[in-house]
Amino acid sequence: MGAVRGAARRPQKAVPPMHATLDTVPATPAVRFQGVARHFGAIRAVDGVDLSIAPGEFFAMLGPSGSGKTTCLRLIAGFEQPDAGHIEIFGETVEGLPPYRRAVNTVFQDYALFPHLSVGDNVAYGLRVRGVARAERARLAREALALVKLAGMETRRPAQLSGGQRQRVALARALVVRPKVLLLDEPLGALDLKLREEMQSELKGLQRALGLTFVFVTHDQGEALSMADRVAVFNEGRIVQVGPPEEVYERPATRFVAGFVGSANVLEPAQAAALGGAARVSSLRPEKIVLLAPGAPAPEGTGVVEASVTDVSYQGPVRRVAVRDARGLALVVAVPAGAGTVALGQAVRLAVPAGALQPMEGEP
Amino acid sequence: MTRASLPLKAAALGGLAFLHVPLIFILLYCFTTEERSYAFPPPGYTLKWFAVVWDRADIWAAIGLSLKVAVAATALALVLGTLAAGALARAKFFGREPISLLLVLPIALPGIVTGIALRQAFGLMEIPFSFWTIVIGHATFCIVVVYNNAVARLRRLSPSLIEASMDLGADAFQTFRLVVLPNIGTALLAGGMLAFALSFDEVIVTTFTAGQQSTLPIWMLSELIRPRQRPVTNVVAVMIILVTFLPILAAYYLTREGEAVAGSGK
Amino acid sequence: MSFGATSPGAMNPAGFDLPAPREGIGRRLSDALTRHGRLLTLLLLTPPLLWLGLIYLGSLFVFLAQSIFSIDPFSGMIVREPTTATLIELFRPANFDIVRRTVLVAAAVTALCAVLAFPIAYYAARYAGPKVKAGFYLAVMMPLWSSYLVKVYGWKLLLAKEGAIGWFAGRLGLGGALDAWLALPVVGGPSLSVSYTGMVLTFTYLWLPFMILPIQAALERVPPHLIEAAGDLGASPGLVFRTVILPLAMPGVVAGAIFTFSLTLGDYIVPQIIGTSALVLGQAVYTLQGTAGNIPLAAAFSLVPILVMALFLTIARRTGAFDAL
Repeated sequence: MGAVRGAARRPQKAVPPMHATLDTVPATPAVRFQGVARHFGAIRAVDGVDLSIAPGEFFAMLGPSGSGKTTCLRLIAGFEQPDAGHIEIFGETVEGLPPYRRAVNTVFQDYALFPHLSVGDNVAYGLRVRGVARAERARLAREALALVKLAGMETRRPAQLSGGQRQRVALARALVVRPKVLLLDEPLGALDLKLREEMQSELKGLQRALGLTFVFVTHDQGEALSMADRVAVFNEGRIVQVGPPEEVYERPATRFVAGFVGSANVLEPAQAAALGGAARVSSLRPEKIVLLAPGAPAPEGTGVVEASVTDVSYQGPVRRVAVRDARGLALVVAVPAGAGTVALGQAVRLAVPAGALQPMEGEP
Repeated sequence: MTRASLPLKAAALGGLAFLHVPLIFILLYCFTTEERSYAFPPPGYTLKWFAVVWDRADIWAAIGLSLKVAVAATALALVLGTLAAGALARAKFFGREPISLLLVLPIALPGIVTGIALRQAFGLMEIPFSFWTIVIGHATFCIVVVYNNAVARLRRLSPSLIEASMDLGADAFQTFRLVVLPNIGTALLAGGMLAFALSFDEVIVTTFTAGQQSTLPIWMLSELIRPRQRPVTNVVAVMIILVTFLPILAAYYLTREGEAVAGSGK
Repeated sequence: MSFGATSPGAMNPAGFDLPAPREGIGRRLSDALTRHGRLLTLLLLTPPLLWLGLIYLGSLFVFLAQSIFSIDPFSGMIVREPTTATLIELFRPANFDIVRRTVLVAAAVTALCAVLAFPIAYYAARYAGPKVKAGFYLAVMMPLWSSYLVKVYGWKLLLAKEGAIGWFAGRLGLGGALDAWLALPVVGGPSLSVSYTGMVLTFTYLWLPFMILPIQAALERVPPHLIEAAGDLGASPGLVFRTVILPLAMPGVVAGAIFTFSLTLGDYIVPQIIGTSALVLGQAVYTLQGTAGNIPLAAAFSLVPILVMALFLTIARRTGAFDAL
């Protein structure tokens, strides 16, 4: 009971600086995992995760379904308790703390708006259970709704709102209780494409304006890359790579990351060496490969591949062209629109800049 | 969707008519002047039986007892059924299946077995028949009615609502009061009304747990076996239909509205 | 606590602190309950389990266990020594007849219920629009929840010798047919109200809603595209019905049969009011525990419907009928 009583009040210590730079993680991370594991029967949903999220960071957990990212989020929120390991939120140990004793709030994938309450009462809920006076919580709810551009919607019912509006109510409801960390579970998953793009930039703007730590879970690599300060890629209960989006995209650490984040070509050590790279398993982004005009000389410092086209698919600004050379090396090349025609079966010459080959640190 | 064939339509409507015809005849016989047999068509019509019922103290006493028993049994069933639903709606644990079987058992087993068993137990423990012996019997089979309603609604309730409440700072009790209860309220009300109707109407178990006391169905049964003024029984029967009709109708609308709300909350 | 310098003013009324939630026994109990989900389940389950386990199962056990005792033929007192004599007594021809008669009546009632219920359920599930469906539902629920005794009484009115059925039969020129039916052995009798026909009709009427609802539920789960697909593959409506709809509706029929069968097995009031003078199971138990004072044999008789139902439920579980309840 002692630990619980000690944590009874919200920690009153000063909020750490909001804009920590990315390469210097400050002494007190917003969220810290040490060897955290969570098993459901024989399923190792989270299997030894170490993690450190800086205050003020927009942190993405990216992975396919079942990779453990959502369980990690639920471990932070307190809906799950770890079977092993240690979790801290702003330096405070939270294992065993129920969700209502944690200074984090969640925007649920299905929004989880209370159907029996009006929009205003939904937003004021967290204030109500803390005993904030009626008039005060109405005012705060109004302000929170204005912040998410839903001013004047207080009396509506959640059922009367569109998906995008419900999402904003969920956001306001979580923000009004001033979380130190905001958790978002697939926040854009249920929205259509146009709305999703709009919300992406709005979320990003809100996070910057509030200086809050956002942790969001997604299976959409595009979303993770465009919104996050740092991305953790999950696979089979573990984090396989953490870093800024550019790094995760440009230098995938494993075959899994190379395939899951933007589908890179993976070259075996001998194939990489033949093209002038290190004799390691390496990734090669399709857009880094240059299609040479017939007869044109290869630029300095590039490896050349003579191959024939096995497949072409048109994708608007680029065409994705699959090729295969005589030794069995298969590559996908992103050819910009207007860079000449490519036909099935045609012989092509490709230039691979030496710097484009990225050895994978996580592979032997 | 194709249209139903004529025979199917006729069979369906005929079946429904079959369910209602006897009730219409009961109403008809309230007004007959013939009090010794069930002669059809009634030789004449009168309203005097309503006046006779109005003056019969034994009928009013039976109605009073039935109402009191139904209220007490419903209250007990509401508490016990809701608790059981809360435990079984989502939790998965060993012994869950036998427990749900145990809940259904009192209505699955013949009422006569329940009745005799309770009477034996009361006799064994030297508990004299009283208001409460009737209530105990009724509550036992009313629990499952409340349970069924509550568990169905609880299962439709998105688990993330409860998580959202706790996430926003509400403890378990606040969450129950502010989120769970409002969302299952109509289901509980509906379950309670059905339990009330069930108890108000029960005769088999009551026969064994009432002793010399007379609930309305017990009174009615004795009239059926040894009729005195037959049309009086009819008037009482119509009263019973009305008393059970209203809660059931209310329960129906409550559960329907509840579904609409729960369905659109997503 | 504040959001820091970059927060927009709207969200950051300066110097405002959220109050700490009130601490108390409730909140600490809540901590324990959320930490130990099983504790919560246990606390929730204890009162209903105590009630049903102690009061209900306890009484049931005390009563049924007496079936291994016997009764002294001279003093009429219960002999509290374990014996199989009482259970064996069930198989005496007179007693076994009671069991057989009751099971046959229950089977007839169940079959008749299924036949009458299917068109209603089928129409409601497949053809009725939302309004009609709501009307159907109410029309089924009302008699279901109407007073049991009132319904029995209604049939006594209808079936009586001078009652409405006889009158209508006479008017429609079917009086002869009715008399011919009543002249038949077994199903016939002096009048409908003292015949097996009357008893089965009354039981069927009483339990019909219990059959309609599960069949409708099962039929509503048959995806319409499944039926269309079968039609597209060239199956005739009759074939679709036999090979697709009927098998999928079976769990509903079985679920309904659980009710109609069990309710008929245990009933002793209908046969008292409508039916022949030959006893059925419920009446036998009632007489044995009451005037005869033979509790051991009453307990032995009570085991019959329980065992029959247990057998029934085991079969039903295999067919997935419980999903249709």
